[in-house]
Amino acid sequence: MSTAEQLPMDQAATRRERKAAATRGTGLGDRVFRGVLLAFGLTVLAVPALMLVELAGSSRLAIERFGAGFLTRTIWDPVRADFGAWPFIYGTVVSSLIALVLAVPVSLGLAIFLADLAPHRVRRPLGFLVELLAAIPSVVYGFWGIFVLVPWLRESIQPFLIERLGFLPFFEGPPLGFGMLAAGVILAIMIVPTITSISREVLQAVPQTHREAAIGLGATPWDTLRYAVLPAARSGLVGAIILGLNRALGETMAVTMVIGNRPQVSASILQPAYTMASVIANEFAEADTDVYLSALSEVALLLFGVALLLNLLARWLVNVTKSRLERRAA
Amino acid sequence: MSLIDSDRPEEAPPAAKIVVTRLNAYFHKFHAIHDITLSIPGARVTAVIGPSGCGKSTFLRCLNRMHEHVPGATAKGSVVLDGVDVYDPAVDPVRLRRRVGMVFQKANPFPTMSIRENVLAGHKLNGTRLKDPAALVEKTLRHVALWDEVKDKLDQSGMSLSGGQQQRLCIARVLAVEPEVILLDEPCSALDPIATARIEELIDELKERYTLVLVTHNMQQAARVSDYTAFFYMGDLVEFDRTGTIFTNPKESKTEDYVTGKFG
Amino acid sequence: MTTATRPSSAPPPPHRTLLEPAPGERLRRFRSRFFTALCVLCAVVVLVPLFSIFLYVVARGASGLSLEFFTGLPQPVGEPGGGMGNAVVGTLILIAIACAIGLPTGILAGIYLAEVGRGRLASAIRFIADVLGGVPSITIGVFVYALVVVAMKRFSALAGGIALAIVMIPTVTRTTEELLRMVPSHLREASLALGVPEWRTSLLVMLRTAAPGIGTGVMLAVARIAGETAPLLFTAFNSRYWSADIDRPIASLPVQILTYATSPYKDWQAQAWTGALVLVLLVFCLNLLARLATSRGGKGR
Repeated sequence: MSTAEQLPMDQAATRRERKAAATRGTGLGDRVFRGVLLAFGLTVLAVPALMLVELAGSSRLAIERFGAGFLTRTIWDPVRADFGAWPFIYGTVVSSLIALVLAVPVSLGLAIFLADLAPHRVRRPLGFLVELLAAIPSVVYGFWGIFVLVPWLRESIQPFLIERLGFLPFFEGPPLGFGMLAAGVILAIMIVPTITSISREVLQAVPQTHREAAIGLGATPWDTLRYAVLPAARSGLVGAIILGLNRALGETMAVTMVIGNRPQVSASILQPAYTMASVIANEFAEADTDVYLSALSEVALLLFGVALLLNLLARWLVNVTKSRLERRAA
Repeated sequence: MSLIDSDRPEEAPPAAKIVVTRLNAYFHKFHAIHDITLSIPGARVTAVIGPSGCGKSTFLRCLNRMHEHVPGATAKGSVVLDGVDVYDPAVDPVRLRRRVGMVFQKANPFPTMSIRENVLAGHKLNGTRLKDPAALVEKTLRHVALWDEVKDKLDQSGMSLSGGQQQRLCIARVLAVEPEVILLDEPCSALDPIATARIEELIDELKERYTLVLVTHNMQQAARVSDYTAFFYMGDLVEFDRTGTIFTNPKESKTEDYVTGKFG
Repeated sequence: MTTATRPSSAPPPPHRTLLEPAPGERLRRFRSRFFTALCVLCAVVVLVPLFSIFLYVVARGASGLSLEFFTGLPQPVGEPGGGMGNAVVGTLILIAIACAIGLPTGILAGIYLAEVGRGRLASAIRFIADVLGGVPSITIGVFVYALVVVAMKRFSALAGGIALAIVMIPTVTRTTEELLRMVPSHLREASLALGVPEWRTSLLVMLRTAAPGIGTGVMLAVARIAGETAPLLFTAFNSRYWSADIDRPIASLPVQILTYATSPYKDWQAQAWTGALVLVLLVFCLNLLARLATSRGGKGR
């Protein structure tokens, strides 16, 4: 096994490059063209780098003032210029976890259905409907959340949870509707299309011949999935889930509209909460002091950094899985 | 192994294991094989030859009902295995495939399973509990002449073997479920001559116990290995006879043209 | 070379006929059907919110669709009537600015990756473009605020357009690159063999062939940015007036919906529903068109 495992797209790219190099033009027009293209390519590379630099710069004041305590303190007082981001970190993490718990089984079930089990005529329309779900703007989700989801939670689900499970600290408190649970549910709906579409791609990359081997031995459709398809796709599916998590972390509007926007840390998911993206959305435009602005910038930096790392990890997992499966099919 | 079936010179044809009557297969509207009627003899090797696209693989896949797994593919007609038509609505294709195993063109051991697990895969998939799995693994691997090569690395991944070894592993996997019929779809086309020779040797030994149907584009292989040969052309069964006859004294001129290399 | 052991010549054990189920078969078949049913249930569960949202938006918003909605300005609380005309126009202007900046950048970067890019630099750019696609759009808003709004000392449509452009660049780049790679290379070679210089080949031959697919990708990118709210909150901000100035704040449909939806006034909320309906219809139509274009053009996966 070579240590430098190239992705198939890169391998094909290498072949094309060698071909292109042989025909590379040397006229002035060509050189200008290549220069222009390179410039735009580098621009795309530069934007996230610039973002990192800029956010770090804007956060410097807050980092110097609050240090590492910024991440653990719960106070958020613009008047006294004292800031700690822990409630937002907590709110972001917990709402995303709730979203994952709800979304992952449904997404994987749907992806399996679309890739292997559904009758072929159903696949395209169903896939399109899932795309539509992804296309709904965040603010519309939030709007629907306020008027449909929250009342439903307040009137049906939360009283039920309090009645049956209220002895647990996770379900304490009055049924407000707004809060961590509402945010988790709405995030779950929003990340299902992401997880589903990438999982589906990974499942479809499993070479048909593995399925045939299982079918040839007399496997039922579920057995084929369980023994031949899913094990081969496993790490790619994990990547898909991480990308869903990434989407949940960065989601702003829908969450802001239903989470209650109270900077508190509570074990109960029925309580209002606040996320990193929401506090930026709500308070950035009105931040009047440099420290305030810097604290919010630091929150943005944290969000950006975490999203970057998760994205890197997830894309690496998905790419490695797909290339491994594609190599086997070749 | 000579061209003429010298082991069994002039015996009466053996009992038919699979009787195919008026089999037609379609891919959507495309009529891939037309009105095929033949009897596959039991405990023999039947080769199916013909130029690319003549429908031989399609025919093979109709025998274990894998043809219908392609979207839009349908089949009509009857394929009778031991007195029961496999296309009877009461027959579950899943059940059929325990008795009719298949070896594919490109070896496809399950990538996340070890060699041992691959051999036992058929039983694992079907949920059968085995009294002595280790004995079964050794028996089947010996049967395909793989035991000595892999006995020390049974827990390694199936993908760590060479192409020829992987294909033998796949055959062992099929043998482990004790089918009656083994279908082979160009099993050697991705292998080098030495690996091919070993598989052909294996096929020759397997026919004592199993009925084999071998699709191949390699005429010499068909001549070496099979007892009976069916020649397909553009979806039709042109001729079906003992291998010796097909290759030395065919009745149809098209057959003669093909086996003498005039086309295909 | 090891030889195979000859099997015993005893006949294989008798099998049940095909008409009888094998042991454990009923359980396996049941389990397979059960899990398939679970997957169908997942599909249904996913579709419920989709239809709920769509039906609710139509039910609440359809009655507000009127000429006044598209031509009127937001009125102060308590005064009847008014509309979101400026927000609709504002969204269109912001999309135009975003496309003016984002499309050339994305497409040219995509051409770079597909036609010119070499080795590690190209891999890095490709990877980073993907990663940029996963960055929370609110952080893009913060970035553009510091870069543009602070420099210009005011909120502006330009800032909003730039933020949206950054959101759309990864999608456009990726689509362009993928579609250019799908153009068969012999077209390129044929053009070069005719003596056409490389840069003209790329633009006139390869790009033109890939154009329909790229157009589809652009439609989808536009659909995405049309609904983006977060990056506009402190770049384009909002406005109650008609505006076509790129250096002034500008209204946009998502931000206006947000403002009205979270307000306590019923008639504002009603208008927000109509706004949401307009936005959803716009986005759905773009997606539908893109889907139809892909399936007809045969460039779909």
